[in-house]
Amino acid sequence: MITYEWLYILAGSFFAIWALLSLKDRLWGNAAFWGLLAASFFGGSHFSDFENGILVLAMVAIAGMGGLKRSSPETTGEASRQKRALSLGNKLFIPALIVPFTAVAGTLLYNFTPLGETGLFEERRETLLLFGIGVVIALIVAIIWLKPPALAPAEEGRRLLDSIGWAAILPQMLAALGAVFALAGVGEIIGGAAGSVIPDGSIFLTVVVFALGMAIFTMIMGNAFAAFPVMAAAIGIPLLVETYNGDPAVIGAVGMLAGFCGTLLTPMAANFNIVPAALLELKDQNGVIKQQVWTAIPLWVCNVAIIYVGAFLLWK
Amino acid sequence: MDEVNYWPLAGIAIVVVGFALKFNPLLVVVGAAIATGVLAGLDLVAVVEALGKAFNDNRYISVTWIILPVIGLLERYGLQQRARGLIEGIRGATFSKLLIFYLGFRQVTAALGMKDIGGHPQAVRPLVAPMAEAAAEAAHGDLREGDREEVKAMSAATDNVGLFFGEDIFFAIASILLIQGVFEAAGYPLTPLELSVWAIPTAICAFFIHGWRISALDRRIGAGRAARR
Repeated sequence: MITYEWLYILAGSFFAIWALLSLKDRLWGNAAFWGLLAASFFGGSHFSDFENGILVLAMVAIAGMGGLKRSSPETTGEASRQKRALSLGNKLFIPALIVPFTAVAGTLLYNFTPLGETGLFEERRETLLLFGIGVVIALIVAIIWLKPPALAPAEEGRRLLDSIGWAAILPQMLAALGAVFALAGVGEIIGGAAGSVIPDGSIFLTVVVFALGMAIFTMIMGNAFAAFPVMAAAIGIPLLVETYNGDPAVIGAVGMLAGFCGTLLTPMAANFNIVPAALLELKDQNGVIKQQVWTAIPLWVCNVAIIYVGAFLLWK
Repeated sequence: MDEVNYWPLAGIAIVVVGFALKFNPLLVVVGAAIATGVLAGLDLVAVVEALGKAFNDNRYISVTWIILPVIGLLERYGLQQRARGLIEGIRGATFSKLLIFYLGFRQVTAALGMKDIGGHPQAVRPLVAPMAEAAAEAAHGDLREGDREEVKAMSAATDNVGLFFGEDIFFAIASILLIQGVFEAAGYPLTPLELSVWAIPTAICAFFIHGWRISALDRRIGAGRAARR
């Protein structure tokens, strides 16, 4: 049976290669950071919880001290890319499309044909496992077709990875924070307090408070990902899922999108709202946000309606 | 009844204040996790263990980065340039047609996992904003300064809306897997596809709402010009 453990060895190999290439460029912080992540993928299942905890603290220390630097691996210039884009045309999209196609078609085949009875994949894990398989196929196709220099796939990947930097593990860290919140009983504490504030039994008002909390926390923090574990632990899980028996998939997915509406409204999300204003030489630093206000607000209302209808009226 | 211990909520306050003050988010998250655990009455070793276990259990979220060599390699051979070529293909369209096309293009490519096609430095500044300006001028004549600003700002806004409300349809993206991780830790196992299909209704709403707003701006600029004549 193919399990997540296989995927972790694949990912661990990628990060180990990126760590070695960082070493070659004398980017010690990058090498240590990606090396530790590779170690987590390879050995995490065999380390003790405490050892995994120390590994996390070490990665955070490296990032917190500014140990990660942008790298500049060899790549092609604008002119040569233009030329190649002209000769290769829309076929360039094919390798990228192989990945979602493999994962989605594979998941459907696996779930709706007798293929699923083979037990080839770990239960409920087939989509992400097929994503891994899709990446490998796409990479092989691209390498055979484009015949890049041997190190190019790894170096081009590292170029993108180092432009993301430590933010690459932020979602994983936030999910871990969500787990610590759950362990510490944060949900029960807020659930108890919120239960006395929100009029008893009003599912609709609770949905509104949840979606509003997602948007407002996102505006304050500039990041919907960070707002998510907070609002899920506070209202999403204890009240909407547990007390009112809503569909967790809708509450989670659309709750996050309600947060994205907040991202459109805040200067704290500088990369999306402030940096483009500067790039476009706008006189008003908040010019982009102003164009987004009357998209974000009606869309937020739509999200409230989608949660209410999808997670409660249509569910069960 | 026992007195409720509200102190673990300090962790939430740390997250909010730490992000608002722009400390390194990883430091903020670890600080919040440790504070939450300790204030809930766990000892420090137990908190480090809980954090290590939770990080380890959620490794699948960071697996998504293995797609980077594929995207990087295609960029080496002109993926961004080809995407620009597709957008340039509708040169001659009106301002609203152009931006609505870009909105849909950005949503669909992000939904297929190509969220780095587009973006402000790569596409909006060199391509979308100048094309939008030119299209607005072709229809409405010379733009007033305020209108020109709005046209440029709307181009950037369109990129954001297209990305945000397209990317979550792709199942192997950090936000979807983060949702999965948080619900799994609370005892609700979900699959990525169960979550990502629920991004579709919002994506459709976003297309119509923002598309309507683009058209409204186009009409407003036209009306303002007619009034000045």
